[in-house]
Amino acid sequence: MDLTQEYTDAVMDHYEHPRNVGIVENANGVGVVGNPACGDVMKLTLRVEDGRIVDAKFKTFGCGAAIATSSMVTEMVKGKKVEEALEISNKAVAEALGGLPKVKMHCSVLAEDALKAAIDDFRKKNK
Amino acid sequence: MGDKMNAIYMDHHATTPLDAEVLDAMMPFLTENFGNPSSSTHEFGRIARNAVELGRQQIAELIGAESADEIVFTSGATESDNLALKGAAYGQKKRNGHIITLATEHKAILDTAKRLQKEGYEISFAKIDSHGVVNLDDLRNLIKPETFLISVQAANSEIGTLQPIAQIGALAHEHHILFHTDAVQALGRIDVNVVRDHIDMLSISAHKMYGPKGIGALYVKKGIKLTPIIDGGGHERGMRSGTLNVPGIVGLGKASEIAKRHWKKESARLLGLRNRLAKGIEARIENVRLNGHPTQRLPNNLNYSFAYVEGESLILACKGVALSSGSACTSTSLQSSYVLKAIGVPESLAHCSIRFGLGKSNTEEHVDILLDLLEKNVARLRDMSPLYEMAKEGIDIEKVGWTEHAH
Repeated sequence: MDLTQEYTDAVMDHYEHPRNVGIVENANGVGVVGNPACGDVMKLTLRVEDGRIVDAKFKTFGCGAAIATSSMVTEMVKGKKVEEALEISNKAVAEALGGLPKVKMHCSVLAEDALKAAIDDFRKKNK
Repeated sequence: MGDKMNAIYMDHHATTPLDAEVLDAMMPFLTENFGNPSSSTHEFGRIARNAVELGRQQIAELIGAESADEIVFTSGATESDNLALKGAAYGQKKRNGHIITLATEHKAILDTAKRLQKEGYEISFAKIDSHGVVNLDDLRNLIKPETFLISVQAANSEIGTLQPIAQIGALAHEHHILFHTDAVQALGRIDVNVVRDHIDMLSISAHKMYGPKGIGALYVKKGIKLTPIIDGGGHERGMRSGTLNVPGIVGLGKASEIAKRHWKKESARLLGLRNRLAKGIEARIENVRLNGHPTQRLPNNLNYSFAYVEGESLILACKGVALSSGSACTSTSLQSSYVLKAIGVPESLAHCSIRFGLGKSNTEEHVDILLDLLEKNVARLRDMSPLYEMAKEGIDIEKVGWTEHAH
């Protein structure tokens, strides 16, 4: 019961009604980070066209905060230019959710890492 | 937020609500009967003393102790565990004896053993099987002349596995070794008898059996003298100083008396609920794994790993039900359950575990509500899970070269 009280309404909203769950069709940037042994795995798929992220979807194995930050990051990147997306930090994701409990901040790092991994993948494929 | 009043509480291994009868028994001792049992010169003291002796008797009866004098009151089972191990260790002639215990014990045992190890004692952990049951042959083989204590829990708080206490007691008795058991999760749920099972010391916690927090006891068989870990006045036959927590003792005594009266019937009822929940989970959700022994298990405990779904996220989804998990995200240490690790559950599944602890307040309706929530939300979370996707594609998750990310 108390778990919900540690999370902001925004976190709970993104957890209960996550945005952009799934896999982007014709994705040209894929990032998978985390480790099941750690209890967090995030897969982010992007569709980039003309240097802009036109679609983003996620799949996450992780706690409420992990799911919420994954959902939020996909919302934040859609429509952004790749360079702009690279500037998104884990702090920005946490802030967009109204903050995370201190022990959960590492979940926002996962979201940032997944985004960077997906963009990295896109760049490698599009040299 | 926090609609506690309508919550279904299913975490009875963490704590239990105070029984109404227990509160009634305690109230006079929180109000007009406030005397100190050590006050020998007036009625206030006498009333308190009588209440304490009644409590002692009630606890002794629950565990089959021969005398109420064998009950030593403490602040809780953590203190009882400390007193049992340190009290026995410090009383040894040489300060480097050998203790045998299990890797699945409560931290009150493990951390105490660790401290004793730092002080020069030797600690061994007997082998356990994949259900968590101790290997008696290995236990026997670990015994040597320096062994002075074996400490094995009666029942595990996470996976519910029951240990063969009678056989361990007989083994210890045969070798003139002290046998201590942390019976916190067992009391009020299964049969416990200190004489029949050759138990020398036994830890008790009130708040795990519908009694108040902050009071427990240690059964210490007559003839065993422990070095106290708390000095100051020599109460409890010199083993635990400090003014007795009279209301707490009255509560613990009453809780013990109720447990003795009800446990058989209540355990049968809980077993029925447990089986209903287990059957439901296994019939309606695939890729689940029971942690702990399937039958040699507490009647009120289940612990399942739901593959590809993380524990905290599933608990969050089961709104209105209080549960706990072995996942790292639900622990203050950010480590997944050491008990699951000790029985060989892969970490990826440890993070997916949920512990169900049924109790007096739970009903068939609760179980059915929970089953609906579990079925629905496991499916929802699996649809969101990259691990489930990989499993469906036939990829072996354990073999993937995962990249870590900074914590």
